[in-house]
Amino acid sequence: MQHTSTQDTFVGLFVASGIVGLFFLAMQVSNLSSFTEHDSYTITARFSNSGGLKVKSPVSAAGVKVGRVSAISFDPKTYESVVQMNIDSQYNTLPDDTTASVFTAGLLGEQYVNLEPGGSDDYLKNGGKIEITQSAIILEKALGQFLFKSAEEKK
Amino acid sequence: MTEFLQQLGQNTRTSFTKLGRGTFFLLQTLSGTLSVLPRPRLLLNQMYSVGVLSFLIITISGLFVGMVLGLQGYYILSDFGAEETLGVMVAASLVRELGPVVSALLFAGRAGSALTAEIGLMKATEQLSGMEMMAVDPIKRIITPRFLAGFLSMPLLAALFSAVGIVGGQMVGSGLLGVDEGAYWSQMQANIDFQDDIINGVIKSIVFGFVASWIALFEGYDAIPTSEGVSRATTRTVVNSAFSILGLDFILTALMFGDN
Repeated sequence: MQHTSTQDTFVGLFVASGIVGLFFLAMQVSNLSSFTEHDSYTITARFSNSGGLKVKSPVSAAGVKVGRVSAISFDPKTYESVVQMNIDSQYNTLPDDTTASVFTAGLLGEQYVNLEPGGSDDYLKNGGKIEITQSAIILEKALGQFLFKSAEEKK
Repeated sequence: MTEFLQQLGQNTRTSFTKLGRGTFFLLQTLSGTLSVLPRPRLLLNQMYSVGVLSFLIITISGLFVGMVLGLQGYYILSDFGAEETLGVMVAASLVRELGPVVSALLFAGRAGSALTAEIGLMKATEQLSGMEMMAVDPIKRIITPRFLAGFLSMPLLAALFSAVGIVGGQMVGSGLLGVDEGAYWSQMQANIDFQDDIINGVIKSIVFGFVASWIALFEGYDAIPTSEGVSRATTRTVVNSAFSILGLDFILTALMFGDN
C-alpha cells in the first residue's frame, strides 16, 4: 500500500469529475437552469379544441416565452378542454381580456399557446381565467372545409 | 426422449438453484454494507481499481460515440433542413440510452471481468477459505467493498460518458460541419428535461451498476476453483451482464418513457 496517497488523489479526481459531469448535464444540457421553479402564477383558459397541446408546451406572448402549460384536462360538462398555464410572475401585467390561441410553430412544429394582450386596465391574477380563446387549427378540418368549398364552387 | 426431458429438467433446476444462490449472495453482500462503512479505505481502494481505471476507456469511448452521433445526425437532419436540432438528437440519445447502456457494457467488460477473475482466483488459490479460517468473513471483507465501489462508480462513469459525448458531438457538429453553436446548446436546453431525461438516465445507470457488479462478483464467487472454471466464469460475467443490461434497459425504457 505504498501508493495509497496517489490512489486517494486519483479516486478524488474521479469522483470530482463524475460530479462535474452530472452538474454539466444538469445545468448545460437540460432545461433545469432555464426552468427552475421561478415564482409563477396559474391561469386557466378553456378551448373548444386544444389540438396537439401538451403539458410543458410553451406559453408565449409577442413571441417571447412567458410560461408553460402545466395541466390539460377535459371538462365533461361543457365538453371543453381546460388548459392550466404557469406564467412567470415577472410578467404579472397581462390584462384580464387577454386572448389565448393555440398556434403551431412552423408548419409541422410543436403547438404552443399564444397570449394576445387586450386593453383592459385590470390584470390577470393567480387563478385567473382567460375568457376569449381561439382553438387550434386542425389541419384535417381545414383541408376538409377547403375541399368541400371548392366542390361547391364547381357546381 | 426421457433422457432429453431429464436433461431439460436438470438444466432448469440448475439455473433456478443458481439464481437462488445468487440472490442469497446478494443479500449477504448487502448485509455487509454496514461493516464496510467504518473502513472506508477498503472501499477507496476498490473505487480506484473499478472506477478510476475505467475512467479512460469510458471517456474516450464517450468522445467517439458523441462524434459519430454528431456526424450521422448531421447527415440525416440536414436532409430535412433541421441541422439545428443536432444538439437535441445527440444529447437525448446519449443521456437516455447510450450513456447508461454503453458505459455499463464497457464497465462489465473492463471492471466486471477483472472482478470475476480476481475473486475466482482468490477462490482457486484458497485465499477465501484462508480468510474464513482466520474468522474473517470474506463476503464483508472482499465482496461488499467491491460491490459498493461498482455501484457508486457506475452513475459517475455514465454521466461522464454522456457529458464527454455531448461535447464531442458539439466539436464535430459546430466545429467541423458548421452547425451554429448557440443553436446546438439552446435547442438542447429547450428540449432535454432534467426530470424526464437526466434523472431517468442516472436511475438507469444506478440499476445497471448494481446488476453488473452483482453478476461479476457472484460469478467469481461461484466459479469452479480451477483455471478453466475461472475463465468460464469470466466469460459468463461478460455475456450475462450484457444480456441483463440490454434486457433491463428495454424494461426501464418502457417504464420511464412509455407515456410520452
